[in-house]
Amino acid sequence: MNPEIGQYALVLALALAILQTVLPIWGARVGDAALMRTGPALAIGFFGFVALSFAVLTAAYVQSDFSVLNVVENSHSLKPMLYKITGVWGNHEGSMLLWVLVLAIFGALVAVFGSNLPASLKANVLGVQGSIGVAFLLFILLTSNPFTRVVPPPAEGQDLNPILQDIGLAIHPPLLYLGYVGFSVTFAFAVAALLDGRIDAAWARWVRPWALAAWAFLTVGIAMGSYWAYYELGWGGWWFWDPVENASLMPWFAGTALIHSAVVMEKRDALKVWTILLAILAFSLSLLGTFLVRSGVLTSVHAFATDPSRGVFILCILIFFIGGSLALYAFRAPMLRQGGIFAPISREGALVLNNLLLTAAAAAVLIGTLFPLALEAWNGAKITVGPPYFNLTVGALMLPVVFAMPFGPLLAWKRGDLAGAAQRLMLAFGAGIVIAAICLYAQGGGPALAPLGMGLAAFIVLGAVVDIAERAGIGRVPAASAIARLKGLPRAAWGAAIAHAGVGICLFGIIAETSWNAERITGVKLGESFTVGGYELTLARVEPRNGPNYRDLAGIFTIRRGGVEIGTVESSKRVFLARNMPTTEAGIRTFWFSQLYVSLGDELPGGGIGVRAYWKPLVTLIWLGSVVMALGGVLSLSDRRLRVGAPKPAKKPKVVPTPAPVAAE
Amino acid sequence: MTRKGRRLVLISAALGVLGIAAGLVLFALNDTIVFFRAPSEIAAERTAPGTRLRLGGLVKDGSVVRQDNAHVRFVVTDGGADIAVAYAGILPDLFREGQGVIAEGVMEGDGSFRADTVLAKHDEKYMPKEVADALKKQGVWKEGEATQ
Repeated sequence: MNPEIGQYALVLALALAILQTVLPIWGARVGDAALMRTGPALAIGFFGFVALSFAVLTAAYVQSDFSVLNVVENSHSLKPMLYKITGVWGNHEGSMLLWVLVLAIFGALVAVFGSNLPASLKANVLGVQGSIGVAFLLFILLTSNPFTRVVPPPAEGQDLNPILQDIGLAIHPPLLYLGYVGFSVTFAFAVAALLDGRIDAAWARWVRPWALAAWAFLTVGIAMGSYWAYYELGWGGWWFWDPVENASLMPWFAGTALIHSAVVMEKRDALKVWTILLAILAFSLSLLGTFLVRSGVLTSVHAFATDPSRGVFILCILIFFIGGSLALYAFRAPMLRQGGIFAPISREGALVLNNLLLTAAAAAVLIGTLFPLALEAWNGAKITVGPPYFNLTVGALMLPVVFAMPFGPLLAWKRGDLAGAAQRLMLAFGAGIVIAAICLYAQGGGPALAPLGMGLAAFIVLGAVVDIAERAGIGRVPAASAIARLKGLPRAAWGAAIAHAGVGICLFGIIAETSWNAERITGVKLGESFTVGGYELTLARVEPRNGPNYRDLAGIFTIRRGGVEIGTVESSKRVFLARNMPTTEAGIRTFWFSQLYVSLGDELPGGGIGVRAYWKPLVTLIWLGSVVMALGGVLSLSDRRLRVGAPKPAKKPKVVPTPAPVAAE
Repeated sequence: MTRKGRRLVLISAALGVLGIAAGLVLFALNDTIVFFRAPSEIAAERTAPGTRLRLGGLVKDGSVVRQDNAHVRFVVTDGGADIAVAYAGILPDLFREGQGVIAEGVMEGDGSFRADTVLAKHDEKYMPKEVADALKKQGVWKEGEATQ
């Protein structure tokens, strides 16, 4: 297909986005139903043209059309097909186009599934979405056009950065963008509500599914990015506090706070002003993330070579949307009516605590990420704020959050009974102590911090079980009716419990990996052995191989435990021919939830080869736990009360009514 | 409790959390930041031994010596001064002589540097910003010049 078609489609999409910004909002202002109704059609048209443009760029990559500069710079005719396709967003221009495509998808989804929204709210939401589309399409067309041609076209492309030639590129960026940009919908709802000057519990019910979906995508997106970095970069770390990772973590904190405060707003008509602010903040932090990644102001593994005009442009977008929405908020928020009062010890109170700590954590990460930039601008000093800062601040702020987590769901709305909740958690708490004692024994004494952490993780997982058991009345009612109640529990209740259990699972992995991992750096010759974490590794063979666009030197190690051979693991040094760039392919063997991780270094003067090997206990739980969290979110999303198309929430599902957790009042 | 009382509890809780968070942030920032230094800056200010910092510059041509136990020695230069670096571990894939590098570690008493982390970039077109700035200051490298 002709690349110019892609460019024309983008220009047409821009025209539609401008109309989508102006017409529905104008219609909502003057109360013109016909103007308001243009929103959905424009949003779907916008999606159509952006999708066409994206398809054209993808086709250029698939056909290796080297008359397009973007393809020349990031593709190669010998590259496997999967990486030709993923290469579309493995560069600055293409990734921005993907960003806009995801925005268009969400806009179209609101247009299609938003039939139960009040006309003016829907018109305003689509209008705000349109304005975001205008800003980013202008950015693409003016500074980052992916369809620029080269004359004359070269015979061969420069290939994609080898680090990116991985299945991870097919998974991590799209999921992350679905999360980032998903918050544009909640942002649009917040701004629309402010424009309307009206907000009630129904608003929270409309917003929650979008917030949950965005949050679930962001959770998995971050986790997959972490796993990708873990196996691809060859040094076995799964979180580096890299500015760009921080940029994804900040909206995650804000989004997590949002899905919790939206519950309070929906159920109790309280925290309205705060929830609106969180919706604005979550997307503002997503925009900030886009700015940090795409402007090149920070040194990061994600930075593509960039030119400064782009940074200034994104900064302008940032100032317009964040500044504009916060100004509108400051202007309109005082007019919103407050409702629902509650005692400090109550479900609401627990959720407020959660919100305070999560936003404080987001702020701490924000300060740590931007402080070096601010300091350099102020006095030119170049500093790094590294892992110790983030571990200390985020760790200290998250500790009370995770400890309070099992208590929250057991407290009643309005006024809770903390002693009663503690009593019902006794068993889980006791089990946590036992786990901690076992870990302390297995560790052979020493500092008790890690065993206590494992106990805390167990307490959280079991606390989630207690939550479900209490709701079903297990132990208080006959078994048959308890099972019936279990089946009848709303999906949102299951979702919350599963997501909370996921946090505990993730915590198991984090603590075990950071406390008990073993590292071994050494040089080995053929037939030589070394041990790491109780496993004996022997370099059995060294094999040169050829791939489609790389040469490979693989080291194959046999693994022995207690003298018995239990398998092999293979790590390699790969040289990608087009860029003559080496990468390390780590060898990973999974034993239950733990992993043996081997990466090859350089050849040594004495004829051996450098090896870096790790034993990483329970490391996979970090990502499995995150996936469980996201599953909880998805399950909650499927709750019939929240179903996006559901006309009215009034009809209760015909199942055994679930008693609110009974506090002994 | 009255509505006002409850709001007071809420606000004081919020302020409490905010205060704790601010305290934590200040404490941690004070304690954990690491300064970036180019070799000529270290030479000029005679950085005290034991100081933790990030050293950035170019890996001097012909200076990389690999030892059998996967220990490496190399020299980082910015054109104005050289610093010898010792590192135990596997070097990143894009670590090459003549290329930009950032090493994090501690100054030793003899003016050399013991690195525990060595970073090279993940894209051969890309020069770490700090290193580019430091080299520009010494007039070794100019904007837009190829870095290979």
